[in-house]
Amino acid sequence: MVTTATSFGRNGVADWIIQRFTALVLASYTLFWVAFFFITPEINYTIWQELFSQLWMRIFTLLALLSIAAHGWIGLWGVVTDYLTTRMMGSTGLVLRMLVLGIYAIVTIAYLVWGIEILWGAK
Amino acid sequence: MLKVEVYRYNPETDKTPYMKTYEVDTEGKDLMVLDVLEMLKAKDASLSFRRSCREGVCGSDGVNISGKNGLACITPLSSCVKNNKLVLRPLPGLPVIRDLVIDMSQFYAQYRKIEPFLQNDTPAPAIERLQSPEDRAKLDGLYECILCACCSTSCPSFWWNPDKFVGPAGLLQAYRFLADSRDSANEKRLNGLSDPFSVFRCHGIQNCVSVCPKGLNPTRAIGHIRNMLLHSAT
Repeated sequence: MVTTATSFGRNGVADWIIQRFTALVLASYTLFWVAFFFITPEINYTIWQELFSQLWMRIFTLLALLSIAAHGWIGLWGVVTDYLTTRMMGSTGLVLRMLVLGIYAIVTIAYLVWGIEILWGAK
Repeated sequence: MLKVEVYRYNPETDKTPYMKTYEVDTEGKDLMVLDVLEMLKAKDASLSFRRSCREGVCGSDGVNISGKNGLACITPLSSCVKNNKLVLRPLPGLPVIRDLVIDMSQFYAQYRKIEPFLQNDTPAPAIERLQSPEDRAKLDGLYECILCACCSTSCPSFWWNPDKFVGPAGLLQAYRFLADSRDSANEKRLNGLSDPFSVFRCHGIQNCVSVCPKGLNPTRAIGHIRNMLLHSAT
């Protein structure tokens, strides 16, 4: 059995389920926004503030943020383990792979923390 | 005269592989690609390729024919010659030993990994393990595989990770034993396939289905394995 330390769920079945579930969350979040912009005639600060003052919207948005992080990690991990491999590039493959995943992790965690701060920090 | 471009490489004399063009007189007949290869071999004895049964049963002469993997012996010229030109290359993704002959060790290593034999710990009956016609029917479309490697070598996931992804041929056989009512090693088999590479590198692009000379459907078998993995995990 292949062991993979940087795979998201460390297991193909878990990764597969997470990838599908997060895809559903992201699709529904996108559809929500399309519908929202479509049915709201004018968007101003009050409407925006009212929407985000509701707990369900904050949780929905947080879920979408977490889904992007997980979905992106699994997807990117799949791409870099296809094209940046030790088998084809020697140790360069490993270094490049870790670099790409490292940058993704830093950017994603930054956006995640920032997103949570926006969602719950705003007065 | 039919123009035939053939991939040539002899590691003892050539630095790099090259394409050599031959002209063959097919006398207007719709020959099989293998017939053309035999005619070339008669002209140029240094040309190497594998062949055996010449009727699509042994799986020896899998080659890349004008861009598509297939068995030379059952591929008629009419289906692959364009602008009076035929292009023959070795199956892609595996090391070339010489000309159209590839090293299939990696392919067989993946086949070995799925333990392609019946496993049953219960005491063997006096005569044979019986199977209902319905259970036997589940093996149709699976047991017919001749391991020609046309599918696995057409699969990008297998090109990138031939050491980790089992590949369509191996997975079709894995399902052939998972689906067999006489086999009792399903749990062990599924455990060996649940990592992120062995099965889940399949993204369902179905190159395997489009090239299989026996008309089999590895993608469907992989879908069944995935469902079994999901059921065993939940």
